[in-house]
Amino acid sequence: MTDAVLKVDKMSRYFRVGGFRSSGTLHATDEVSFEVAPSEIVALVGESGSGKSTIARVLAGLYPPTSGTITFEGEVQGRRTSRKVRGRMPMVFQDPFGSINPVLRVGHSLQRSLKLHRPELDRAARDVEAVALVERVGLLPGAEVLHRYPHELSGGQRQRLGFAQALASRPSLILADEPVSMLDVSIRIGLLNVMKGLRDQEHVSLLYITHDLASARYVADRMIVLYAGRIVEEGTTEEVIANPSHPYTRLLMATAPDPRLPLSHDTDVEDLGEPPKVINPGPGCRFAPRCPLAMDQCRTSTPAMVSLSPTKRVACYAVDTS
Amino acid sequence: MSTPVLEVRDLRVEYSTPAGPAEAVAGVSFDLAPGEFLAIVGESGCGKSTLLFSIAQLLTYPAETVGGSVKFDGVDLTTLSPEELRQHRWRDISVVMQSAMNALNPTLSIGAQLADACRAHTDWDDEKIAQRSAEVLEMVSIDVTHLKSFPFQLSGGMRQRAMIAMALLLEPKLIIMDEPTSALDVVAQRSLMRQVENLRRELGFAVLFVTHDMSVVSHFSDRLAVMYAGEIVELGTTREVFDRPRHPYSSGLMDAFPSIVGAMKELTGIAGNPPSLVDPPQGCLFAPRCHFATDECREFRPELISVEGHAVRCHLVNPRVVT
Amino acid sequence: MKRPHLLRSAASAGRFLRRDKKALIGSIILFVLLVIAAFPSWFTPDDPAAEVYNPGAGLSWAHPLGTTSFGQDVFSQVMAGTRQSVMIALVVGFLCTILSVAVGVTAAYAGGLIDDTLSLVTDVILVIPTFPLIIVIAAYTKSASFWTIVFVLVVTGWSYGARQLRVQALSLRNRDYLLAARARGESSWYIISVELIPPMTSLIVANFLGAALYAVLAAAGLQFVGLGNVNTESWGTMLYWAQNNEALSAGLPLWALAPGIMIAILGSALALLNYAFDEVSNPALRPVAGRRRRKAVA
Repeated sequence: MTDAVLKVDKMSRYFRVGGFRSSGTLHATDEVSFEVAPSEIVALVGESGSGKSTIARVLAGLYPPTSGTITFEGEVQGRRTSRKVRGRMPMVFQDPFGSINPVLRVGHSLQRSLKLHRPELDRAARDVEAVALVERVGLLPGAEVLHRYPHELSGGQRQRLGFAQALASRPSLILADEPVSMLDVSIRIGLLNVMKGLRDQEHVSLLYITHDLASARYVADRMIVLYAGRIVEEGTTEEVIANPSHPYTRLLMATAPDPRLPLSHDTDVEDLGEPPKVINPGPGCRFAPRCPLAMDQCRTSTPAMVSLSPTKRVACYAVDTS
Repeated sequence: MSTPVLEVRDLRVEYSTPAGPAEAVAGVSFDLAPGEFLAIVGESGCGKSTLLFSIAQLLTYPAETVGGSVKFDGVDLTTLSPEELRQHRWRDISVVMQSAMNALNPTLSIGAQLADACRAHTDWDDEKIAQRSAEVLEMVSIDVTHLKSFPFQLSGGMRQRAMIAMALLLEPKLIIMDEPTSALDVVAQRSLMRQVENLRRELGFAVLFVTHDMSVVSHFSDRLAVMYAGEIVELGTTREVFDRPRHPYSSGLMDAFPSIVGAMKELTGIAGNPPSLVDPPQGCLFAPRCHFATDECREFRPELISVEGHAVRCHLVNPRVVT
Repeated sequence: MKRPHLLRSAASAGRFLRRDKKALIGSIILFVLLVIAAFPSWFTPDDPAAEVYNPGAGLSWAHPLGTTSFGQDVFSQVMAGTRQSVMIALVVGFLCTILSVAVGVTAAYAGGLIDDTLSLVTDVILVIPTFPLIIVIAAYTKSASFWTIVFVLVVTGWSYGARQLRVQALSLRNRDYLLAARARGESSWYIISVELIPPMTSLIVANFLGAALYAVLAAAGLQFVGLGNVNTESWGTMLYWAQNNEALSAGLPLWALAPGIMIAILGSALALLNYAFDEVSNPALRPVAGRRRRKAVA
């Protein structure tokens, strides 16, 4: 069994909310544990409030975890993320219009990444590499694109640039925080194919954060479903899609808009609410208020993750784990 | 055969840009029957939002409606004065915007904003306003106590439903919706669409819905119009357009959707970019990106021709009649 | 990759000036005043301090604006005074801007306790009534040199800009591109100087112009009440002397009016440029160009 590139162990991140004198703590993520293997795309699926972006930002070193351990490439990470790790685990952001500095040329941040993380390259080598990187993600002609300003690129092109930039530092794992959510649906496929190409040809792993099950299915090898800061289900993509065990996963599957499904598939799923803001939570499953299978036990104690197969795990009392 | 609620004929909108006028809506025509749900689908920049705003007579500089007519119940809105238009606004046509957080006033309570809308278009007294406000909130399943809430206190889905409630205040015949679900999560999205559908069945208003994500409307719209570079390239019943898209762009779009069911296949999307609206190609606007384009396509702009209720703008589907 | 932003700025500044009438007029006026300030001897036919002429004379070809009660040529004095006023405007504007940027951006970027402290200091200074404060400081320092006035004006004038810039930096701070810079491992210094400040350029320039305008008016005010060095040539001191010698009632209105009008002209130039730059940073303020009157054809 090859060593995991990333191992997250019971990671939590809390935020203090409510102003000066309040004692409210927002549990953005709670005791999240998962692994990412080399050359693997793992999808973190969840709606807003699920904690998926928080996980990405903690991993990207934008803030430290409140508790838990992160082991990257075999080394346990401390509170400050080293430059080397930032290079090996870069992040691609969601907003194509906000994630690039509007007053600098497009090649600027790419060159910076190369300068910071590939010190062995001299000026000329960096220029060559920059062109190679943008062409790798489908932006041609590379030299010309590097010379443009961000407003001269379309949303899809900017997101490709984001991946080029992540590639500049020779990463082993790219954190992709909803990279296609703000793009037109017809453009998304291009980016999703770029991601697959990175896994297949560059052997880079990706942590793909999204709320869209269909795109997760298209690119990911494994899926992790999050709800209100906790992992509720985990397994290979086909396992989770074909056999969703957790009631929340089933809700997501049922409500995912898919035009190919016949009209009668529009099942009568009564939406009983929205994901909660988890402030000062007590014990109990967080999905219980919305769950059609909720029992008393669900409200009083938090279900632990239980293995249903060597690859599939779920945290739900209602699931038969025999 | 009743009068269509909306008759749009050859509508044209131009934007003033430093490089010259850009034709954002290039001659759009369609009818909307009473109670019908028509979805307009297209990429960013295809002109769908501009089209919507033009129909609602809400365009401001640098956009300008430069041609065509918009008949609501037989009355051409483009010829009306602002005062005359006001009589129609909200009473006959109301609008639900894309982002409730931007469209709702963050400093006023929901109740105050509903009252505002009432007062602007009716002469109801306070009691009637309160009563109607409560009614519409109930229609969208928002607890009446939220009349006192401010927008930031509501969740995203609730805010969007509040917008719909506001649109329903005066029982309009037509509600125009500009991507109202794009800021919502999947579950909230589905919930909102079903709410709209239920209300439509109950109250009988027509819906004109604009989106870039056709899967959102696929189970709810009666007809679907696909828009590209300011033109409608295909228009038919939703099911027909999905199952048998005839225009190369429409079928390209259908292929760009990964699915959660069925076999996994490699998808490619549509290569290339939309054309410049300032200097559009001479022939078919999609020809530069079309796998099937012929010389004729590049030279002559195809017309939107309807065959058995399904309209397509393509020489290959409806060959040009050369006289 | 090194200097494209500056070159681009220069080119777009050029285009901008040609397009916007306000900016154009303001720049022309400012340019003329700068020339006068740089080469006063070209514009002073007579020695401004020489008290040799016919005192209290009216307008004539030799003395286009008349003479003072002491027999000095008003026109030469006004031209000579340009240098001090323009210098004060530029120096104070520049120093105020540096301070505003340093405090405002640091407060916004650092956040937390540093932000709270800096904001507190900024707000306190902002709230203190400026003119009385200026007078107190100026009177206290006793020496009335150019640098004293500059010091006084900078100390009282930086806080407004600091507040404005802090707010803008705060709004930019959460843009993803700054997070992206942090995520790729850039140092804070780099982020502030290369990623944060350049997009704020137009607001910073607008601030500079505002501070310069403030300096012109406040300096003139100080000199008028006699807190400047009354023996130097500047518009404010001209006003002082004119006032002291009751120029208006003595039938020598131009002695007071000339410097007053020059102050107004410099102030207007700065204000015009300021408005123009406001429009650059906030497109919503831009004027609507002429509309075509084509109506939809039914």
